[in-house]
Amino acid sequence: MSGQPLLSARGLRLAFGGVKAADGIDLDVMPGEFLAIIGPNGAGKTTFINMTTGYLKPQGGSIAYDGEPILGLSPRAIVRRGIGRSFQLPQLFTEHTVLENAALAIAARSGLWSPLVPLLRPAWREEAMAVLERFGLAPLAEARADALNEGARKLADIAMAVALQPRLILMDEPTSGVAAAEKMGVVETLVRVLREAKVTAVFVEHDMEVVERFADRVAVWNQGRIAALGPPQQVLNDPAVQRDVIGIEPAHHA
Amino acid sequence: MSTTVTAPARRVAPIGEALLALLGIAAVILAAWAVPWLKFVLTVALAKGIAVLGILLLLRAGQVSFGHSMFLAIGAYTVAFLAPALPEALLLLPLGAAIAGLFGLVIGLFVVRYRDIFFGMLNLALSMVLYSLLEKLYDLTKGTDGIRVSGLRFAGMTPDLPTQEWVTFGLALGLALLFGLLVRAYLGSPMGQALAGIKTRETRLEFMGVSARRVLLSAYVMSAAMGGIAGTLVAMTSRHVTPQLAYWTSSGELVFIAILGGAGSALGPFLGATAFELVRVYAAAAVADAWQMILGAVLLLVILFAPGGLWGILAGRLGRRR
Repeated sequence: MSGQPLLSARGLRLAFGGVKAADGIDLDVMPGEFLAIIGPNGAGKTTFINMTTGYLKPQGGSIAYDGEPILGLSPRAIVRRGIGRSFQLPQLFTEHTVLENAALAIAARSGLWSPLVPLLRPAWREEAMAVLERFGLAPLAEARADALNEGARKLADIAMAVALQPRLILMDEPTSGVAAAEKMGVVETLVRVLREAKVTAVFVEHDMEVVERFADRVAVWNQGRIAALGPPQQVLNDPAVQRDVIGIEPAHHA
Repeated sequence: MSTTVTAPARRVAPIGEALLALLGIAAVILAAWAVPWLKFVLTVALAKGIAVLGILLLLRAGQVSFGHSMFLAIGAYTVAFLAPALPEALLLLPLGAAIAGLFGLVIGLFVVRYRDIFFGMLNLALSMVLYSLLEKLYDLTKGTDGIRVSGLRFAGMTPDLPTQEWVTFGLALGLALLFGLLVRAYLGSPMGQALAGIKTRETRLEFMGVSARRVLLSAYVMSAAMGGIAGTLVAMTSRHVTPQLAYWTSSGELVFIAILGGAGSALGPFLGATAFELVRVYAAAAVADAWQMILGAVLLLVILFAPGGLWGILAGRLGRRR
């Protein structure tokens, strides 16, 4: 966790009308780390992900990935450089099975451009099954994506991003909507897979227990600024953070 | 509409599909041999089936083109314009497909930026522009009188009329089989499967590094080329090309056939086209004033009770028997 940052944002600014979603964001993400983003709703957490993945264009500032500027590139070009993303509301192909979803992501690495060979050709079927197995989704391989429960849907969504073999993944609330009983299982699974694959992760999270257990560093977002940044123990026990951010959220049970 | 129309019917094993296709081929040949005047009807049905295969590709992406017969017209007028100088049918067929495909590329670059009603209406608008041009540029197209096609050669030979009818019929059947297989393979491939992804989660395609527009564009160009092939076949069969081919009702007919046949299999368009042309011929003879009403009633019944179309009904039966 030293040397050149994998992702480096400088002075990002973006306002929607009068609301400042990013008001001078400086952030370095180091290779291999798990960085959690916390903060109240509307603080600009998702906006940061959207700017990094090319979905929104900031009004000022710069973003470099692996030392090269990526601002202004399309979401497609950014994905192809190795930045994956999962969604708060999972974006699965609902008419396809879980296996076909994963296979499509694998096929997408070569641009889908093989018009006459079946999607579930042996090589891709095997690789898709291997990805699903890592996520514990193999038993659901033949289920239609719209038949899954929220926990499995979230994992499948992240599995598709991982199948693209990214070096950095940005996850927007990977546990929101997941039943409390399932939640830790889901997080443990995805952290294990991402660590094994040596994927660097940035994730927006509202559950402080998840943050405390799994994040290497925490960035606290407030009104488009980073209010605090550091290891979880330090940041989560900061009185100012507790008052301004965690105080608003009932989830803390230390 | 697209959700019900494109809901895949019960899956039929490939061997069952192959047997049905062979059965269909045998039935069509038998009918053409037993009732000679049906050869014309069946050739047109097979040609339209090829065009509807193209509609089916777009339906998979949840998109309906209400102007697709413009490509049919482009194929047909390719024959009408070129036949005097180049009467070789075996060259006109690929030429019709290529020129329609080229138009498809240019028009496609524009229309694949739009979805749903805008996609459908833009196609309709462009087809009506083509219709007006074909109708008004009398010096070039002879307007609504149309252009007669004659003196076609097949591999350098000029067979007598009955033989020529058989040859065109055979070409239509062979091309129907070829394009049926092609479309079937395409739909099973990542590119084809991504078409359904355009319908369900277009943003995810982008975040997989794939251009949804390019996925739709390749399907659009293919469908245009198949429309072109269909048009050349229709021109060779009817030997008379008029702007009516590009009129919006002709495009509506293709969509009608797609729904009637069902989008669940590459056999659907041919089931639909054969049924459509046969109902038209017999209903027009039996109840000349009411046949369009009969077609309307058939479409209503299919949408209400068999959203998978004729193919869906067949697939359901096969599934149950096993």
